[in-house]
Amino acid sequence: MSSLLTNGLPGSQPAGWHSGAILEVRDLSVDYIMERGTVRAVRDVSFEVEPGEFVAIVGESGCGKSTLLFAIAQLLAPPAGISAGSVIFKGENLVGLTDKQLAAVRWRNMSVVMQSAMNALNPVTDIAAQFTDAMRAHGVTSKQEIADRSAEVLRMVGIDPVHLRSYPHQLSGGMRQRSMIAMAMLFTPELVIMDEPTSALDVVAQRSLMVQIKELQEQLGFAVIFVTHDMSLVRHFSDRLMVMYAGQVAELGDTRRMFAEPLHPYTIGLMEAFPSIKGPKVKLAGIPGSPPNLARPPAGCQFAPRCPQVMERCKTTEVPLYSLHGERVRCLLHEAGSAQL
Amino acid sequence: MTDQQTAPQPGAVDSAPLLRTDNLSRHFRIGSGLQRKTLHAVDEVNLEIGERQIVALAGESGSGKSTIARLLARIYKPTSGEIYFQGRPLSKMRSRRDILGYRSDVPMVFQDPFASINPVFRVSHGVMRCLKLHRPELSDHERHAEAVRVFEAVGLVPGSEVLQRFPHELSGGQRQRVGFAQALAMRPKLILADEPVSMLDVSIRLGLLNVMTQLRDEQGVSILYITHDIASARYVADRIIVMYAGHVAEQGPVEEVLANPRHPYTQLLLSAVPDPRADLNVTAATDRGEPPRVIDPTPGCRFRWRCPLAIEICSAVTPQLKQLAPDHDVACHVAQSGAEVKAF
Repeated sequence: MSSLLTNGLPGSQPAGWHSGAILEVRDLSVDYIMERGTVRAVRDVSFEVEPGEFVAIVGESGCGKSTLLFAIAQLLAPPAGISAGSVIFKGENLVGLTDKQLAAVRWRNMSVVMQSAMNALNPVTDIAAQFTDAMRAHGVTSKQEIADRSAEVLRMVGIDPVHLRSYPHQLSGGMRQRSMIAMAMLFTPELVIMDEPTSALDVVAQRSLMVQIKELQEQLGFAVIFVTHDMSLVRHFSDRLMVMYAGQVAELGDTRRMFAEPLHPYTIGLMEAFPSIKGPKVKLAGIPGSPPNLARPPAGCQFAPRCPQVMERCKTTEVPLYSLHGERVRCLLHEAGSAQL
Repeated sequence: MTDQQTAPQPGAVDSAPLLRTDNLSRHFRIGSGLQRKTLHAVDEVNLEIGERQIVALAGESGSGKSTIARLLARIYKPTSGEIYFQGRPLSKMRSRRDILGYRSDVPMVFQDPFASINPVFRVSHGVMRCLKLHRPELSDHERHAEAVRVFEAVGLVPGSEVLQRFPHELSGGQRQRVGFAQALAMRPKLILADEPVSMLDVSIRLGLLNVMTQLRDEQGVSILYITHDIASARYVADRIIVMYAGHVAEQGPVEEVLANPRHPYTQLLLSAVPDPRADLNVTAATDRGEPPRVIDPTPGCRFRWRCPLAIEICSAVTPQLKQLAPDHDVACHVAQSGAEVKAF
């Protein structure tokens, strides 16, 4: 069997930073400052997003994936705050910018689609009013222009513009989520950040929405950061995959490679956690145990207490992120033959 | 001999279903005055749940699967039709004793483990209350021993220690196990589990699904597993009932139905499952997943607007369930005409 890893992949990225990246996250850490002490929810996360790339961030609840996303969009509110690192979007560090400076970037160049459209849309105004609000806030005042653009983006996501007059409760869950995406498209951003946009939908609507997002992306060329807890969902849609565990990057690399040859035991566990609808029925165990309490993180590898391949060393050694043919993994099993980042 | 024929025989119980419904319907009235309309959440559903059986009830939001769970739990009263539990019609159960007995025979486990446990009490509170109410014959000491037993049966080990924790000290998966332990404390015959794993992380879902199969195999409990996740249905269930818009579309043994799905809707559901091991199926990607319209429905198949195979009769006559293979029933005119159905 030829290995995807050693042969290299057509789409795989070599190690190191790219000046062409639209977004560079460097050594980003986020702390929640609580009365009882500080909880580091995101720890030294670094990655970059190329223009037009689809990067998926996967992990279980509490792994810091949503916190990371909020940190990138500069939406953190106390008690959470960025304690170290930078978020460089199109050459400009967003960390430390004032709200006014951020307003120029948000929505025009970078937009966010939140998890629950039911809560994110205003229930007492119709869709048109919410589109108008967003456009007015960014300096578009012509009524005609607003109406034209609103209708255009709705059509892009496959909704009849008559629904501009609809209120959120009159739309189905799928249509609400589509209008959220339409809203994010108002200014043709270069980066769209999505926080589990499909988790409230059932399988058929979910898949249809994923296909739509991918089509829009190909058509308009924006980059996507897509956060989800369901790895199988992004299998066919993302270029690169970042698996997070306990606030750290566990593995980062090409999606196709990661599904074919997962490196980190946690990734392997996630992959085996899905019962299949075809083939023989086998008993699966999932990943027993639960993620560590980040207020009191264990010494050594964060995954060691749940790891089936745990070694004595894992319990005491702080594991760095290794680079293996451009793929990154935080696991001592891959220490040999790799470079430390 | 005549006596034996009328009296229920111990051996015969196995063949009779534990629970069955007869043309069960539940409609909701919406609007008022001239705007009054009727929403048909569940229409003429006949289903059976056997002893020691996990039956998966699958379908999308709005298909009526949660309404069925609530009907079976006696939260809703049926608009028409009847539910028979161990041969007894539920509408005839009026006394407090009967109703309490039914509640302990058929408890429910809820979807959201963060909302279904009282946060201000230790988790022992809920299970102890169940035991006090439904098994008053137990002494304090026996009650505690029983609580430990049910906690350990669902994998909360050591039981005596976990019982003393508060809900916030437990993870989502552990809380959902508490939900199953509370149900188990009542020595149930049938547990109604409404999407019990959909709020949990992928990595711990399997643990809960394994608890369900253990409860069936070791405690002899039947489970109605309501889900929209077909892959997990296949993993735990013996039988599957696929619902669409308040009707049963297809039912049968889970392996048979998923290997040879004959209803276009079942085929659509199967094609939409994100299977990391399979290639992307793009043929069904055009289906938007719009929920069915069940307000004042006209006769005819309710899937016809989304069905690529719909023929004339589909918009005139509501298809009835018909057995097309051993123990495999399908409500589809096209499939019943003998044609091969390959919609998605």
